[in-house]
Amino acid sequence: MSIEIIEEGLYTTIQDKGRIGYQSYGFSVSGVMDEFAAVMANLLVGNHDQEALIEMSFIGPTIKFYNNAIIAITGADMSANVNDQLIPLGKPISIKEGDVLQFRTAKTGLYSYLAVKSGFDVTEVLGSRSTLVRAQLNGILGRKLMIGDTISLKDSFTVDRSMEWRLDPSLFNYISQSSHIIRYIRGPQFDWFDHYSFETTDWTTSTQSNRMGYRLKGTAVKRKNQNQLLTEATTFGSIQVPANGQPIVLMADGQPTGGYPKIGQVAKVDLGKLSQIRPGQLFRFQQVTVEEAIQLLHNRYQLYLQLRLFINEKWAGVSL
Amino acid sequence: MHLQSIAEHAILISFQDEKDLSSKLISYKKEITNHTNLPIIEVVIGYCTITIYFDPFKTTHQQLKMKLQERMKSFDVLKKEQGTVHQIPVCYEEIFGSDLSTLAAKHNFSIEEVIERHTRPIYRVAFLGFSPGFPFLMGMDQSLSTDRKDKPRLEVMEGSVGIAGAQTGIYPSSSPGGWNIIGRTPISLLSFRNNKPTLFQPGDQLKFYAIFKSEFDRIYQEERNTHVNRDY
Repeated sequence: MSIEIIEEGLYTTIQDKGRIGYQSYGFSVSGVMDEFAAVMANLLVGNHDQEALIEMSFIGPTIKFYNNAIIAITGADMSANVNDQLIPLGKPISIKEGDVLQFRTAKTGLYSYLAVKSGFDVTEVLGSRSTLVRAQLNGILGRKLMIGDTISLKDSFTVDRSMEWRLDPSLFNYISQSSHIIRYIRGPQFDWFDHYSFETTDWTTSTQSNRMGYRLKGTAVKRKNQNQLLTEATTFGSIQVPANGQPIVLMADGQPTGGYPKIGQVAKVDLGKLSQIRPGQLFRFQQVTVEEAIQLLHNRYQLYLQLRLFINEKWAGVSL
Repeated sequence: MHLQSIAEHAILISFQDEKDLSSKLISYKKEITNHTNLPIIEVVIGYCTITIYFDPFKTTHQQLKMKLQERMKSFDVLKKEQGTVHQIPVCYEEIFGSDLSTLAAKHNFSIEEVIERHTRPIYRVAFLGFSPGFPFLMGMDQSLSTDRKDKPRLEVMEGSVGIAGAQTGIYPSSSPGGWNIIGRTPISLLSFRNNKPTLFQPGDQLKFYAIFKSEFDRIYQEERNTHVNRDY
């Protein structure tokens, strides 16, 4: 039971919730860029919400299936098709042995997710199935997926009745919106900067952005002092401001420590939204308190629970 | 000591810089990790800070800050922990130390003098960061301080030993980098066999010693054949 990568795409990797507990050894947490989309893909096929899946960036891969499977695709719309027939996003889909699943260039957003029912059979490294870069790790978890890679599946599935439910597409409106508000909380060096200009600037991301960091372009953030920062912890969403005033937001593969001062920290619930913003799209930052950010996160988890209940009920009526 | 909420799941504690702060931070980390029943996920050390990552649905920021402050007040650093002492072989020959002669010329030192000054101190690992297993070392002879290269290299080889500003360090894996490379160690700094994936731990000490290329090759083979299996 396996799939094979026939074309690689731009940057296709295996990711899960991330590698927890190794930042003090210099490891990034890694994991999916857009957690909401990834969780939705897993829930749709009845997986645990943190199961490892395939993350695709901007240009998707082509994948051949060597067994029957049930899959779901969420996130950026890469015109997914099976044997040249377009398939919908946000819906469980039955795949037959020999089928070819192809992705093209993202029409909106940047990151797309492919979950298979029961998951990929990949050995964990340090407690995670997230791709581990900059660590000399051999094998498919040490790099992006390449032509000829085969990935085992834990199980194969054949469905005898169609699965006619799908997620409300409006759940993914955050990907196709033309303008965005990204909420953030004050960073440790917030007072070193003029936050008024930071919050009133229309920001874009540069094309030199990737899973490690998003480089922002806009009116340079003004410094109020010339303090020097000694290296300290950083995490997914830390908004660093180097001397040129053009912020760099650390993303999923961002380093666990850094020496640039940080004006803020992107609210966890908006990390996925930020991940999907394409170079050239405009967005602004809006400040929230830590308490508000935690409440937003709580609401997000409640939504996961509700959707899980809804989907479980649907699966209960399907015989496999 | 100053506590700040810096993310939904993170509190930063900043300290005034003082003598031996780095070993104090290591003791604080141990104290926080081992002796509390708080929902702490991980503690990350910096030069003058420790960052506490925790589950924000199991406690509030306010509660955790209070408990951390109580802990720190009642906690007394009694003995400085020495940590493991590592002897690290480095081949300083030109094939590996591609910036060594330029660096020596900049300071009006002979190559031998640079090697002597680099191998003399006992360095201390303040913490790991930047990339997996990358040690931030304290104790370099300040006469070797050299600005980063204007143009970073696209690839610095695994094991490369470099100098940037007042810092010296070792690249555990090949990556782009702007440090002045003066040599290379055959010792492998990463392994994925157990839950301590890095050779160095914060608080460890290390001393470099110079080896010839033939010795480098021998140790390199030995390292890769014996205890490192990184295939997944």
